[in-house]
Amino acid sequence: MPDMLILGTRKGTVIIERSGDTWLPRGAAHEGIPVCFAARDPRNGAIWASLDHGHWGPKLSRSQDAGSTWQDMPSIKYPAGARHIGQYLPTPDFDPDAPTGEPEYRDASVYKIWHIAFGHDAQPGRMYAGTIPGGLFSSDDGGQSWELNRPLWNHESRGGDLFAGEATSATHWGGTPASIDYGVFEPGIHSIIVNPTNPQHLYVAASSAGVIESRDGGATWSGRNKGMVMDHLPNPEADWGHDPHYVTACRDDPRHLWQQNHCGVFYSADGAQSWSRVSAPESGVHFGFPIAVDARDGRTAWVVPARSDEQRMTLDNGLFVARTEDGGQSWQELRAGLPQDNAYDIVLRHALDAHGDYLCFGSTTGNVYLSADRGESWQCLGHNFPPVYSVRFG
Amino acid sequence: MPTVTMTSHLYRFFPELADVELEVPAGSIADVVREIERRHPGFADYIVDEHGALRRHVLISVNDAILVDRRALSDRVSEGGTVYIFQALTGG
Repeated sequence: MPDMLILGTRKGTVIIERSGDTWLPRGAAHEGIPVCFAARDPRNGAIWASLDHGHWGPKLSRSQDAGSTWQDMPSIKYPAGARHIGQYLPTPDFDPDAPTGEPEYRDASVYKIWHIAFGHDAQPGRMYAGTIPGGLFSSDDGGQSWELNRPLWNHESRGGDLFAGEATSATHWGGTPASIDYGVFEPGIHSIIVNPTNPQHLYVAASSAGVIESRDGGATWSGRNKGMVMDHLPNPEADWGHDPHYVTACRDDPRHLWQQNHCGVFYSADGAQSWSRVSAPESGVHFGFPIAVDARDGRTAWVVPARSDEQRMTLDNGLFVARTEDGGQSWQELRAGLPQDNAYDIVLRHALDAHGDYLCFGSTTGNVYLSADRGESWQCLGHNFPPVYSVRFG
Repeated sequence: MPTVTMTSHLYRFFPELADVELEVPAGSIADVVREIERRHPGFADYIVDEHGALRRHVLISVNDAILVDRRALSDRVSEGGTVYIFQALTGG
């Protein structure tokens, strides 16, 4: 049974503690500062928060006493010479077939630390961080120092090794709309998966590129987007350019991966070697942001469906969670305890988590809902939280 | 020596700066930021990015002249001058 929930919100880090059957929120830490992701390191209990300062640059903060006090941690920085090919938000007259000009190189700067992942038990100091503009960083000293993963940064899908000179290939990574807040249109890594049975086996997901796998600890990377369909692309089945909203894997059997994106829910039973669209648009399971998978049964997953890419609202003004227990062959709508009228809640990519039979999600309208029975029924833990960016059990 | 005046919001992260008359040697604004960083480690990360460029929502002026070189902070402050560090504020 989990004892703690950690919320990253627009106004700080909120910890909700369990006392018997009651969940009690504490006052926010990092008051007034947007926290785009916060999570507890299961290896040592430290809680990490990614601060999305509007003015002062992205920062990491860590608590080693369950959130009572916090310490600023060293900033993540791109090394000198780290460049990328600049992207621009497509304009209405954008022609994907028009010849491209010379690439515009930009020095890389961290705009957002979007996701934090903790290493394998065999690597107690290892951490990972995904950033906008699309760099994966790792630390081997518990977050005291960070290093850019150059094989991924220099991947041929991004133009090759720009440390060495000119691009040797075109970039196939597009920008993420989540970067527009920073005045840019650059890619971002929002999902990092460490195989619990093999520390050398990693997945990351980037918007807008897709899923990328390394089986050698990050020394080499390969795109894993076979079977993905992006309906709005000139070639919907292109190798790159996909926009996963969140990708996660089953803890006990990480061959089972799940992905929610603009164009459906996608499932892989073979370690992302191939994906299948398992949406059920007729029942509303199609568009959304977060996805969670059961830790033991890789065929069981939950999503919080939303209405259409264009509107991003609840379906029929009612909030529900959808669950599959058969790899997406069928979905059940779970509504007990969730509002079915006048609900405008949207649940963002990191704002749903599963822990045993427990599930929790938080919405952009500041509601947090908890289930202790695999989503069958829900209780509200509060209606007046700030907009919620991330939810993780501690 | 030039003095540095900054938005009080930075005192939240560097409370030791709240009650000091911050004097630095004359030089470029990049020199000024480096000097404050030397005395108060971590400060520069709040003002400039990893390339030393001024962060997007931060503004510096030297006396009443707004910094021109936001990329390398080569503008200079003379003896007796004042460097002001501002931030933009928005949102709700």
